Amino acid sequence: MSAVVPTRVQAGADVRPAGKAPRRPVYTVIGILILAFMLFPLYWMVNVSLQPAGNAVATPWFPFDFSLRGYTTAISEQGRNLVTSLLISLGAVVFSLLIATPAAYAMAHFKLGRWATVVLFGILVTQMVPGIVVANALYSAYSDLGLLNTLPGLILADSAAGIPFSIILMRAFMGSIPASIVEAAYVDGAGHVRAFFSIVLPMSRNALITAGLFTFLFAWGDFLFALTLTTTADLRPITLGLYTYVGSFVADWSPIMATAVLSSLPAIALLVLAQRYVAAGVTGGAVKS
Amino acid sequence: MADASVGSTSVASRTAPPASEPAGRGAGQKLRTRLVEVAFIVPAVVYLVLFFGYPVVKNVLMGFQEYTTKTFYTGEAPWVGLSNYSAVVGNAIFDRTLWNTVLFTAGSIVGQFALGLAIALFFHKRFALSGVLRSLILLPWLIPMIAGTAVWRWILDTDNGALNRILSAIPGLDLNPNWLTSPQLALVAVIGVNIWLGIPFNMTILYGGLQEIPEELYEAGALDGATGWRAFRHITWPMLRPVVTVVLVLGVVYTLKVLDVILGLTNGGPANSTQTISTFSYDMSFRQFDFGQGAALGNILILISLVFAVVYLRINRKAVDE
Repeated sequence: MSAVVPTRVQAGADVRPAGKAPRRPVYTVIGILILAFMLFPLYWMVNVSLQPAGNAVATPWFPFDFSLRGYTTAISEQGRNLVTSLLISLGAVVFSLLIATPAAYAMAHFKLGRWATVVLFGILVTQMVPGIVVANALYSAYSDLGLLNTLPGLILADSAAGIPFSIILMRAFMGSIPASIVEAAYVDGAGHVRAFFSIVLPMSRNALITAGLFTFLFAWGDFLFALTLTTTADLRPITLGLYTYVGSFVADWSPIMATAVLSSLPAIALLVLAQRYVAAGVTGGAVKS
Repeated sequence: MADASVGSTSVASRTAPPASEPAGRGAGQKLRTRLVEVAFIVPAVVYLVLFFGYPVVKNVLMGFQEYTTKTFYTGEAPWVGLSNYSAVVGNAIFDRTLWNTVLFTAGSIVGQFALGLAIALFFHKRFALSGVLRSLILLPWLIPMIAGTAVWRWILDTDNGALNRILSAIPGLDLNPNWLTSPQLALVAVIGVNIWLGIPFNMTILYGGLQEIPEELYEAGALDGATGWRAFRHITWPMLRPVVTVVLVLGVVYTLKVLDVILGLTNGGPANSTQTISTFSYDMSFRQFDFGQGAALGNILILISLVFAVVYLRINRKAVDE
């Protein structure tokens, strides 16, 4: 893992000039201790998942007696739920970007006057609405519309975190595209739509990737809508699968932890492969509104 | 679009008309442009209205209705005035859940913020590998919360959990706490896990804030003898305040609505000792199928968030206006 990250970090959002970091080994040691403390639960998750008999006795500190039994059980029992989560998350990414990207551009570049402020304020207010309130109302609406236990139903609900986040993030980014570049396209006779597709979208590639990554993670990690908007085991995201697993098979922790590891893989993969987008997303989405 | 950059150099210097009103077009064209502009933003507005606006309005209405399983068969939800509210407030566990919500939120925020700031300050010092270590700390925040809580359940197990095994290895210390099964400790454990989950977010945002404080301020401060703690008090903290405001407001708003952590660790138990307004609302709606009372609790939760946010933003108005 550490072999891949360093090269990416250099390209990250660090303001300071790279390469000037003093060595200071004592600090590095303390830093590793902090990290070890923070990541112990994740180590434990992997350790338990690799134990041959994960029953309710003390787990050995290291997985010397290594076994993949936890994973084979987890995949046979939860594999379907992983696929369900993947479909929902990819669906949420596509849907969220389709909705959020034009809106972000409009809010950054069109003279919408008061409306831009109203929409922005509305987005900030959405952050205050508890998920349980949304679920409470959606349950009866979904029940009437036949959207309970459906893929589209969960994709729509799971976009609720991604869409506001993506609008705020991409609006900040698109605002930094100089108006003169877009105006040049207008002078060349392009309309808003063509300028958007041929200039703004290609220039915003990084912001789109960041918004997409986070929307994926939000939808993938969703538990509340999975819990409230599905009532059968036919369509069950992995988070809910894990929750019901913990509730029913607590005697055997290896498959449970193997499932937890599998459900964490997208996050781990994204952090390693797309490190700089992740850092940009955490700060960009929250502060630079 | 190879000529975009060429075009921009020739256009950039003149005083351009607003992007939305290209010059020399007729009224019809103007209207069309305006419609296209509106079309860019309408889908997002429709979505926000359907998935945030409608639920809030619906929830407010449901709070005044008798809305139970029967409603799904008969379609009838009679108006009952304030009786849902008096029922939930009069519920034997309401005071407990309100108090738990306060403790859970305050405890989580204080812990997350203090540790997040400490770690951010530490990583602000440059040293070998600091970038890699700092980004790996994000992992607990990026994995599904329910996965984090699942492993904590096993770590906190009384007899075979890793934590108690470490504790029992400390000489002279003879205790074996029932972290998740004792009514006195469960809330402490739940807060602890939520702090663990929240540290990465706090750390990352605060680190970003620290990065934006100009180095020259510290150099100038050092000339006046402001180093160490005094530099923190007189330079770092005042400069960091806008970021601190955002982190705290978001932190409280997010923590008030936490559900995963509590359901995953304790399901609100034992004996409601970890039940918060949020989990109580879930319980009412989706376990007891009294959506009216669940909605009433949800509305109380919104009100608490709103009051907090307004009061806090008023106090810190300058910090948010930027």
